[in-house]
Amino acid sequence: MNLPDVCAAVMFVGIILYALLAGADFGAGFWDLVAGSDEHGEPTRALIQESIAPVWEANHVWLIFVLVTLWTAFPTAFAPIMSTLYVPLTLAAVGIILRGAAFAFRKEAVTHPLRRLFGVTFASSSVLTPFMLGAVVGGIASGRVPVGEQTGDALRSWLNPTSMLGGVMAVVVCAFLAAVYLTADADRRGRQQLVLAFRRRAIGSAVVAGVVALVGVFVLKHDAPDLFHGLTHRGAPLIVFSAGAGTATLVLLARAKYAWARISAALAVVAVLGGWATGQYPYMLERSLRISDAAGAHATLVAILVVLGVGSAFLVPALVWLFVLMQRGVLAGEP
Amino acid sequence: MHGVLAVDQPDLFYARQQMAFSLGAHIVLACIGMSVPFLVVLAEWKGQRTGDLVYATLARRWAKVMGVLFAVGAVSGTILSFEFGILWPRWMGRFGDVMGLPFAIEGFAFFLEAIFIGIYLYGWDRLPPRVHLWAGVPIGIAGVASAFFVVAANGWMNDPTGFTLDASGNVTHVNPWSALFNSALWPEAIHMILAAFIVGGCLVAMPYGWAMLRGRRTRYVRVGLLLPLTVAMLAAPLQVVAGDWAARHVAQHQPTKLAAMEGLYETTKGAPYHLGGVYVDNKVKGGIPVPDLLSILAFHDPNAVVTGLAAVPSADRPPVNVVRTAFQLMVAIGTAMLGLGLWMLVAWRRRRSIPRSRWFPRVVVLAGPASVVALECGWVTTEVGRQPWIVWQVMRVRDAVTDAPNIRFGYYLLLVVYAFMAVFTVVVLRRLVRAPLPAELGGPGEPGEET
Ligand code: HDD
Ligand code: HEM
Ligand code: HEM
Repeated sequence: MNLPDVCAAVMFVGIILYALLAGADFGAGFWDLVAGSDEHGEPTRALIQESIAPVWEANHVWLIFVLVTLWTAFPTAFAPIMSTLYVPLTLAAVGIILRGAAFAFRKEAVTHPLRRLFGVTFASSSVLTPFMLGAVVGGIASGRVPVGEQTGDALRSWLNPTSMLGGVMAVVVCAFLAAVYLTADADRRGRQQLVLAFRRRAIGSAVVAGVVALVGVFVLKHDAPDLFHGLTHRGAPLIVFSAGAGTATLVLLARAKYAWARISAALAVVAVLGGWATGQYPYMLERSLRISDAAGAHATLVAILVVLGVGSAFLVPALVWLFVLMQRGVLAGEP
Repeated sequence: MHGVLAVDQPDLFYARQQMAFSLGAHIVLACIGMSVPFLVVLAEWKGQRTGDLVYATLARRWAKVMGVLFAVGAVSGTILSFEFGILWPRWMGRFGDVMGLPFAIEGFAFFLEAIFIGIYLYGWDRLPPRVHLWAGVPIGIAGVASAFFVVAANGWMNDPTGFTLDASGNVTHVNPWSALFNSALWPEAIHMILAAFIVGGCLVAMPYGWAMLRGRRTRYVRVGLLLPLTVAMLAAPLQVVAGDWAARHVAQHQPTKLAAMEGLYETTKGAPYHLGGVYVDNKVKGGIPVPDLLSILAFHDPNAVVTGLAAVPSADRPPVNVVRTAFQLMVAIGTAMLGLGLWMLVAWRRRRSIPRSRWFPRVVVLAGPASVVALECGWVTTEVGRQPWIVWQVMRVRDAVTDAPNIRFGYYLLLVVYAFMAVFTVVVLRRLVRAPLPAELGGPGEPGEET
């Protein structure tokens, strides 16, 4: 592996963590949206609130991490991605603002109409954002982001079959992760009814994800032949692994092994993302830009890795402490 | 044109407006995110040490507000990261690897801030008190660190170093560390961080000033006013010194910006400074001239030569009146803050209490918005004063802008979203302010905090 590849790998780890952690927060928003009437959905919404409130901001920073690594280490890729895909990116950004603000507001709102307004805003923007980010990935992976003088088509770069697949897949995967995590959370808190409800949702969304993936095969074959080739050759083991991990999650859920189900669900998602990355390698922008050509100055890549090493020495212990406190149920207080 | 061509971007104006608007909104929240964690921890610490319910209550109420504003601040910052690429892709594409490093470091500061704010807010009454107190400390430190690094990036735009351009304008010999430690970094960063404490302190004190105006002078109200305001007033005199430092830096490295700050057309020895007035026909009209003052401010020497706007072609000059007015307002407010601090100091030395005058709470209520105005004016001075350059004398704004069509609609959308956010931030904060106090502190209906 050369230096640009190492930096790309680091960035990719950031993408994975964003998907696994923040993705589940978005998915929780999806379940909030479909939790039903105020009274009926109250226990579900309460669980979601408790599970994501202390951590969503930290989880969100993975996106910032990915963005700044992309523009610092791969400025030549960052510029065309942002200028071609600015419509879905703007919409994703709007979703991020609305989601974060509405979630914080809902916690402090007491009157009924306000709570409801913030709740709906929070939940619907939790669907909008992953959809748009998935569409962005679809645009990149199907080779619709050109480099050089010409900016790609502002609409067709994301209003296309692969992007729609990416968007739907992202929403479904977020919902799946969230349902699995929330099943385990409900179990830990001893809320049996919610355990059953989320288990049902987890299984349902896993099945939907499987169906979307099958449809996706045909979409990619026609719309993104290069990616399809990569996925079915170099990426094939990972895709098979992902299907296996997904199935294992179903079994584990059925057997009430929720903590293990969490892990296998996460692995299934990691493998899908890994399949995409290996399928596209060595291209950063499918068809138009290789990782090595996208990379910035050598000195900067070295500097990034130094910063990463030093930064992790602070970050990792803090993050571990946060998740340990969270798992032990300590973080349920209030000023 | 150094290897990049200006595109015809009909929406350039909107791109700049969007950038300015979203930065202007973010900076207020960022200042609160830097200073309020320290105020909360200070109050909690006093509360724990003395067992005084007043401090403990203040800490809790401020923390709740901090939680809401932190969330809004974080998302408003995220938008900026998107906008850098969406609006100025040719700037990022060309210089991303030169000036990106501070952002990468800042990313880690954001992580720590977000992690510890989660632990601190939701660990209240759950963690042992000392652990809880200490968990609050990294929030503010990380906030200040993130400001330091983001200002490093801005300093680089004002004083680009750490690379060379070859004959065809390609960026070579990149050294991201020397780009990070550009010469503008220290004066700008220190001035910025002090500003954060002034803004945070004045805003937190504001509602207690309001309560006093309405005749409530309970101890809770007095402490709620005094603690944050003292922090702000300690920063105010330092801010004048830091501002002077910043001005001298500008004089050396960005003479055209300095000339715009005064409205000085011809290069002049012993240049005057005009208080007030407007710049028309290459002259300041209607202001009060103070001889030699600009030379003294810029070089600490009444006979120093100050470069005028005429030294560069008119296409390379910023809009003088915008820069000039903003600078004058900032300096006026900074000086007034100094006065407020002195007033408090005199009253304290005489009677060990805050000034008794009826004017005092009024001034405190005004200081909140005034500090925000000074903050925004400072940034207008810096950013508009840099025009037409996005990277000082290296890249023009119009060469940096995207060539994507119709970006104005993104700006309109953002305006709507921010309006939503602003309205409901106020609604939610009002609710928090009106939450009843514990009965020992005078029962329900007392104000808590408002921003
Ligand atoms: C509470 C806010 C506040 C107050 C009271 C002052 N400033 Fe300021 N000023 C800022 C807040 C600010 C800022 C945080 O908005 C800026 C924008 C960029 C920066 O680094 O700080 C700034 C920039 C800025 C600059 C431009 C720096 C550049 O372009 O690189 C100068 C020359 C000054 N200031 C000078 C002063 C002086 C002489 C002051 C006092 C009398 C003063 N400022 C008070
Ligand atoms: C947060 C406080 C800040 C405020 C209020 C602010 C304000 C502004 C304003 C008013 C403009 C428009 C200038 C014009 O077009 O006439 C602008 C432009 C810009 N600012 Fe800032 N700025 C801030 C901080 C920063 C920082 C820290 C950076 C970078 C690290 C930055 C990067 C830019 C860029 C890229 C532009 C657009 C290009 C240009 O017009 O030069 N700003 N800002
Ligand atoms: C001088 C100007 C700036 C200062 C002092 C500043 C400072 C801060 C602070 C203290 C925070 C913590 C969040 C909060 O308090 O609510 C924050 C958040 C953030 N800022 Fe800024 N910022 C500035 C400009 C910028 C610019 C130009 C960008 C991007 C290009 C940016 C990106 C971000 C991001 C992404 C976050 C969110 C981090 C999170 O998720 O926790 N900021 N900023």
